[in-house]
Amino acid sequence: METKNYITSYCSIKSGKVNVNGKETYSDINLSSVDFIKSVYKQFQLNYPKFYKMDHLCKLAFVASDLLLKSNPIMQKYAPEDVSVIIANSASSLEIDTEHQNTISDKNNYFPSPAVFVYTLPNILIGEIAIRNCIKGENTFFIFDKFDADFMGSYINSLLNGSKAKCSLTGWVDFYENNYEAFLCTVEKEEGILNIEHNSEQLNKLYNN
Amino acid sequence: MDALIDQLKGEIIEQLNLEDLKKEDINSDAPLFGEGLGLDSIDALELIVLLEKNHGIKVANPADGKKIFQSVRTMAEYIQANKK
Amino acid sequence: MKLESYIVADNIISPLGFTSSENFEQLKQKKTGVQRLETSELSSEPVCAALVDTQKLNSEFQKITANNIEKKDFTRLEKMVLLSIHDCLKQNSNIDITSKKTLIIFSTTKGNIDLLDPKQASEFDKKRVYLWETAKIIAQHFNNPNKPLIVSNACISGVLAIILGKRLLETNQYDTIIVSGVDILTHFVVSGFQSFKAISNEVAKPYDAKRDGISLGEGCGTIVMSSVIRHPSSDIIVSGGASSNDANHISGPSRTGDGLFLAIDKTLKESNVKASEVSYISGHGTATLYNDDMESLAITDAHLENVPMNSLKSYFGHTLGAAGIIESIIGIHSMLENTLIGTFNFNELGVTKPINIIKNTESANINNCLKTAAGFGGCNAAVFFQKVQNN
Repeated sequence: METKNYITSYCSIKSGKVNVNGKETYSDINLSSVDFIKSVYKQFQLNYPKFYKMDHLCKLAFVASDLLLKSNPIMQKYAPEDVSVIIANSASSLEIDTEHQNTISDKNNYFPSPAVFVYTLPNILIGEIAIRNCIKGENTFFIFDKFDADFMGSYINSLLNGSKAKCSLTGWVDFYENNYEAFLCTVEKEEGILNIEHNSEQLNKLYNN
Repeated sequence: MDALIDQLKGEIIEQLNLEDLKKEDINSDAPLFGEGLGLDSIDALELIVLLEKNHGIKVANPADGKKIFQSVRTMAEYIQANKK
Repeated sequence: MKLESYIVADNIISPLGFTSSENFEQLKQKKTGVQRLETSELSSEPVCAALVDTQKLNSEFQKITANNIEKKDFTRLEKMVLLSIHDCLKQNSNIDITSKKTLIIFSTTKGNIDLLDPKQASEFDKKRVYLWETAKIIAQHFNNPNKPLIVSNACISGVLAIILGKRLLETNQYDTIIVSGVDILTHFVVSGFQSFKAISNEVAKPYDAKRDGISLGEGCGTIVMSSVIRHPSSDIIVSGGASSNDANHISGPSRTGDGLFLAIDKTLKESNVKASEVSYISGHGTATLYNDDMESLAITDAHLENVPMNSLKSYFGHTLGAAGIIESIIGIHSMLENTLIGTFNFNELGVTKPINIIKNTESANINNCLKTAAGFGGCNAAVFFQKVQNN
């Protein structure tokens, strides 16, 4: 018999709107991508000095994960090694890759920056989330052309059912050429703040919401 | 020297993306790493880039950074001593 | 009944050769692929790295493709992957890559990142820098009906992809998984590691007292795993694997090694193996000061300090998303040939805790192999391979 798991909280940030657990908590549709993400950070007083050092992709992942875990403080419930972070996107780190490429393309203005280069890997955003929340469990970054609820849904269920994790922070964080989209949720074995069954149908519904 | 220190503070804020800081928040003699500004190993490498890009000074051995980047003042002194 | 993950074919494309056995033979002879390069496309200063000869790559690629395929249809990186998978299929005729039960998992950190360079881009569509586009082209070339999975998780990508393959075989959604890891040497990557002051001026010296940085490399490694097919002459399974995060720093290795320890501990528990039963460890061994120190702490915490261990980074360079797979394949061949490969350029141990680094290649009974990896983003991973007795 299949064991059921639950989406116990979720947060989406797209098109100038922040939605936490089904409620729109902030919006400003006039700001450009980066300015909007910074305004979310200020609005919710997320106070984390390293925020400004992050690239745009990590900034987006940071605000989404912070708002999510503020609504559902899973780390009070689970040991660091029992929580997994499994996230995917389409553009990998191409936004900051382009910036690094620009620092090396001109021989007369050649100044590659370590603070830029370090972000040219998409999984750095998992690292930033892990550091902020002290999460030490399974971590994997996947790339898909678009959000793949079928794979993500079944893989997270197999991690939880196979005792590889007790809780998973999972979803989609993409940022490229001014387009941005974050959808993160927590999946647990027991019902929580929300008790939406964790499957591809529900993931798609919440993602497209 | 004071003008160089002031200029350096602006450059550090820009190069290290310390957007929430203003020049006056940085004490010229406070340690840049550890307790002071709380900079880390990537910032140290980034300051080496700053010296080369803005002041034309190449730091060949990154280990020298420890001495050079003690504070904004030691950085300014290093720039003055090594300017061509 | 538990579905096992058998290794049924493998290939390495590297400067040391275009098959696994060619590569293993070179390692036995203590030949390294790392050399001093003066290639202006990669770096304005000379750099020590392991580069695949492009002419050889093109001529080998020509041999496997029909006449109607132009060299220009595939990028340098894609040619390595196609050659690598092609060699695996040749080794074992039971592998049906066109089956709905066969999935390709693609592991890379940067894919076709060279196409971002304005000098390169014109030949190919801009879309080709997206990793899913590259993966799609590879799957289509082999008429594989499934959407490939792509893992891009810094230097643990390859090990993660193998773990993922094992987990997917257990669900029985697929019965055969082709795990292919690849990364190429580019100006993009070289300049970045130079800005980190992380590249040694000589061939890297893993775990050595005089180590002073990494050597970069490029290449492709492919492992075919299956729950239904067997290798014609051996029975090796993937019996466990896990990943973890240090939750400490995005680029600096942990100062305690507890993240890597966690991954090793979970892996050995899943494999039902005690520390005293481990025959051989294929370490990460990048030859940076902090990484190798960190590994020595984790290995000691796991009570593995006496187990023979090596790093292959001084042979292949650090091949990033391919490293975990290439190094696992060498581990598998070490088991098959009962040979422990000595660590090239290792002379005197210089890490925080004493560990048992293999200096000279020697014979030994190797029943299993623990492969470990660590990377930017604070990630760690471990995977365990075991010989099994069958029938």
